[in-house]
Amino acid sequence: MINSAWHNLISLAPYALSHEEKAAIFAKYGNELVKHHYEHCQPYQNILDFFHLTEQTFEQAPPLHTSMFKLHELRSIQQNDVFKVTTSSGTTGQQVSKIYLDKTNIARQQKILSSIVKEWLGNKRLPMLIIDHPNVIKDRFSYSARGVGIQGLSLFGHHHTYALNEDMSINWPCVEGFIEQYKDEKIFIFGFTFMVWQYLLQLLDKNQKRFELSNALLLHSGGWKKLIDQAVSNEQFKTTAQQYLGAVNVHNFYGMVEQTGTIHVECEQGHLHCPTWSDVHVVSPDNLIPLPIKKSGIIELHSLLPTSYPGHKILTEDTGFLVGIDDCPCGRKGKYFQVTGRVKRAEIRGCSDTQS
Amino acid sequence: MPAQQTLIEAFAVALEIEPQEVVDSLTYSEHPKWDSTAHMILVAQLEADFDVMFEIDDIIDMSSVKKAKEILTKYQPSLSFDG
Repeated sequence: MINSAWHNLISLAPYALSHEEKAAIFAKYGNELVKHHYEHCQPYQNILDFFHLTEQTFEQAPPLHTSMFKLHELRSIQQNDVFKVTTSSGTTGQQVSKIYLDKTNIARQQKILSSIVKEWLGNKRLPMLIIDHPNVIKDRFSYSARGVGIQGLSLFGHHHTYALNEDMSINWPCVEGFIEQYKDEKIFIFGFTFMVWQYLLQLLDKNQKRFELSNALLLHSGGWKKLIDQAVSNEQFKTTAQQYLGAVNVHNFYGMVEQTGTIHVECEQGHLHCPTWSDVHVVSPDNLIPLPIKKSGIIELHSLLPTSYPGHKILTEDTGFLVGIDDCPCGRKGKYFQVTGRVKRAEIRGCSDTQS
Repeated sequence: MPAQQTLIEAFAVALEIEPQEVVDSLTYSEHPKWDSTAHMILVAQLEADFDVMFEIDDIIDMSSVKKAKEILTKYQPSLSFDG
């Protein structure tokens, strides 16, 4: 049974294993995972059969393009074991990805996310300001990517306060009350990149307001497309956040609903780091062969977490490059990388790009 | 109010269920109303009613009413959920 392997994997530290040590883990558990999905997901079996692999290994298994989860019902569990379906936030008229989760897989995602986030936030829960409106998590059976993110990270906060009203205006009394109450404590701010930029920082600018936080950590994630269109760089985002919020450490993270749990958090050096349970390859757009360090291509994400759906090897619609392996000056082991944009002609899709 | 009564009311309010449903065997994700969203509401409710602040791992581990009692007792050893 594939789930039993997790007793060993779940307690590993997020950034302590070298690339070689990780490769051994991926060979062992990854191969089991491929066999598991082959046996339990008919469409996945059809795909693998089509490729006539010489060995049914993690390495040889082809990555599934994110669009496969839009076009097909890909699950490796029985219908009545589906506990939650998470969806990607496609814009109106576009099909959404559907990720089928059972209880075991959800619990695992939560535990791994917890191991990773603790590395950045510490073990203590912090007063949490969410840059969104509370109705984003209203529909409980089917979560959007924004809902998934907020739900998953709520665990690390207390006195959760939503900064926005449903019409995306700032709930001033709420935000000001929160800041007044916790101005001397470390606080945790979470939001999707575009939402933080457009509905918090821009509005503070427009209203000529500034907060003077003494110690805050801002985690943000989601599509950069709109910000790139507005020529906002990651650096500028950070500087602006500090200008309007005060003493805040800003960490972007890269993750996707197809591989919830394994998020890739940006370190102090500005590099996105793979945790123990995920791996990143940058592949050539011409032949999907992995490219060396510093070469730009399409991001392919690997994760050991998905057991209820075959999302262990995903070809994304994002471009980027590997910065290095095991030797980031921040001291964290494993691969580190940067995301540079979207594959040309890809559908417009991004976690926080749905608000316009 | 006895701790048992406080606990039952906190669960009933947070999960929007009947007080009679709040028994030791009530388990996270087994009851349709006790999902991940309700779980964080429950955590906030228990924290307010018992004046505690749970650690992250305890929130993850709080998977049943029975487990919730054990965890609460860890924070407040004087609590008794008998009767």
